[in-house]
Amino acid sequence: MSSQIEKLLDTEYKLGFVTDIESDQAPLGLNEEIIRFISEKKKDPQWMLDWRLKAYKMWLKMDEPSWAHLTHQKIDYQNISYYSAPKQNIKSLDEVDPKILATYEKLGIPLEEQKLLVGIAVDAVFDSVSVKTTFHEKLKELGIIFCSISDAIKDYPDLVKKYLASVVPMGDNYFACLNAAVFTDGTFAYIPKGVRCPMELSTYFRINALNTGQFERTLIIAEEDSYVSYNEGCSAPMRDESQLHAAVVELITLKNAEIKYSTIQNWYPGDINAKGGIYNFVTKRGKCLGDNSKISWTQVETGSAITWKYPSCLLIGDNSHGEFYSVAITSLAQQADTGSKMTHIGKNTSSTIISKGISALKGSNTYRGLVKIRPSALNSRNFTQCDSLLIGNQCSAHTYPYIDVQNTTAKLEHEATTSKLSDEELFYARSRGLSEEQAISLIVNGFCKEVLNKLPMEFAVEARALLSLTLEGSVG
Amino acid sequence: MLSIKNMSVVIADKKVIDGLDLEVKAGEVHAIMGLNGCGKSTLLKAIAGSYETSVKGKLEFLNQDMLELDSSARAVLGVFMSFQNPVEIPGVNTTYFLKSAINELRLARGQEPVISPEFMKDLKENIEFLGINKDILKRAINVGFSGGEKKKSEILQMMMLKPKLMMLDEIDSGLDIDALKSVANGINKIRDKDSAVILVTHYNRLLEYVKPDKVHILQDGKIIKSGDFSLAKDLEDKGYEDVLK
Repeated sequence: MSSQIEKLLDTEYKLGFVTDIESDQAPLGLNEEIIRFISEKKKDPQWMLDWRLKAYKMWLKMDEPSWAHLTHQKIDYQNISYYSAPKQNIKSLDEVDPKILATYEKLGIPLEEQKLLVGIAVDAVFDSVSVKTTFHEKLKELGIIFCSISDAIKDYPDLVKKYLASVVPMGDNYFACLNAAVFTDGTFAYIPKGVRCPMELSTYFRINALNTGQFERTLIIAEEDSYVSYNEGCSAPMRDESQLHAAVVELITLKNAEIKYSTIQNWYPGDINAKGGIYNFVTKRGKCLGDNSKISWTQVETGSAITWKYPSCLLIGDNSHGEFYSVAITSLAQQADTGSKMTHIGKNTSSTIISKGISALKGSNTYRGLVKIRPSALNSRNFTQCDSLLIGNQCSAHTYPYIDVQNTTAKLEHEATTSKLSDEELFYARSRGLSEEQAISLIVNGFCKEVLNKLPMEFAVEARALLSLTLEGSVG
Repeated sequence: MLSIKNMSVVIADKKVIDGLDLEVKAGEVHAIMGLNGCGKSTLLKAIAGSYETSVKGKLEFLNQDMLELDSSARAVLGVFMSFQNPVEIPGVNTTYFLKSAINELRLARGQEPVISPEFMKDLKENIEFLGINKDILKRAINVGFSGGEKKKSEILQMMMLKPKLMMLDEIDSGLDIDALKSVANGINKIRDKDSAVILVTHYNRLLEYVKPDKVHILQDGKIIKSGDFSLAKDLEDKGYEDVLK
């Protein structure tokens, strides 16, 4: 049976295709010249160039972290091109290369129809440059800023200067520091005081050019009494070369504000022999700065050869709340080391961590979490649940939950389970008429239900489809 | 409708069924009895196409070679097995599970998906018929069900899926009299001249409600004695040792 499942699982990456458009690409390697090149391409102001150069010098003195439960080929940082952009400078949809539009259509997000799709504003990133931002004007009426971070640097320098690296300091970690030096684009969103963003903001990332690192930088600020839900979805074309991705996402909520950040990550996972696939080293952190504020991370991680990612919350405001809901699937030879860090600083702060790890074929899945209760965080609470599901005999699941409590008034709960998808479960579902794939999909969806329920509706539909797709042959 | 000749079944590297013959005709009820560990459950699993079993010999249902079909395809043909220990599937709502299964069967049979209001009406009727608390429809399948609820849920699934071959593995174990009656009523309600029932049981009680046409005693991987209902009565009175003397 397991061999049948393996055959199913080892299916071709469904979103694997490459669009052939001319890229404006930096030569391989990283040095001060390259950073100046990127900065010039981005038309950075001087302060941004200085900031990048400072980060670069800091990065040179840092070492790649080795504590994660991951093994991969050594990354040759001098064999990566740090900038790639579609050549034209596009102002309207009519000017967009038809091939790019075709790519989006394959991904199910035709830009042409997006104009009609009220409800979702899409800031589409093709390689590293924002091709098109839609619904910009409608959002503007409410005072919401939703644009590429490059535009924000030029148009809203005061906001950017105030908040950039205020959550993830420049030298926070090796990959975040690299990102600070070379980030090429990303999303900026600012929700003014008292505004509830009426639509889901959304970005679709797509890595496309050969040997190109993807260094996104996202900054979202929710002013007092505001609310925003942001969806990040990713997929990448089929590639043999390993591609490095090091993104940084920073969220800030002020008093009574809420940010809901949802991710579907479906980058090329490489093959069963660990050939190819994206190396994904991401730093995501939110700062609940104001009292009663809330940040919620929901992620569905199905792609990438290597995932290193710990969406975290700094709970500074009193009564602030942090959430982390995660489904991570590792099939083929994928490895994920993912989890969350909840740092309780304010009084009566609370956090919830629900992590569902699924390993299939030769996949390795690690949950790594830290719940830290500082002395000031009186009456704090945390609930953590991490469940692992194993499919087959070659995969593995690992759990490293750290708890550090520095006062006596905190209440913490931790639950963890590890189970194996059994032949008996599969047989039970199949004896009722479900096909093997459907049975697997049903069981896995059931396992992830608590997390999937947290996703915005249309995103949840996509996530379920993706789970089934990833697990075609992911139960063994 | 079911034709088994010289069938052997290996499960967990052990030959449990060895040279078994069995013919079941449409409209018949067969009871399979035997000591613990004689292979009754394995026989049903082999017919339903469990991953655990490796089968040799002839196994035909409705003139189709079942050995060429996987468990899903056998279900499409109309084979159903209720489990002695129904499996819990966390997070999968019972109603959703049933509807998915029905639609999958319909799709494979070239039929349109079930119409929701009709499905719900059918479900509600069957639930009332079996005396099941309707809460279980919202709960994950078999998770936290009592022993009786699990058995009744198996019958509910069978009533909804309307199979042609109903195989019930110790459906009577752990049931109180009232529950046993409703389970038996459920079986009797859906069986007809075109369908057959195979009951695996240790006790006569169920057989008094679902009258068997044939009773078989399984031992050493074979059917060593067959008879009518009186054989089951004999067994209950005298025990296996005396009956098989």
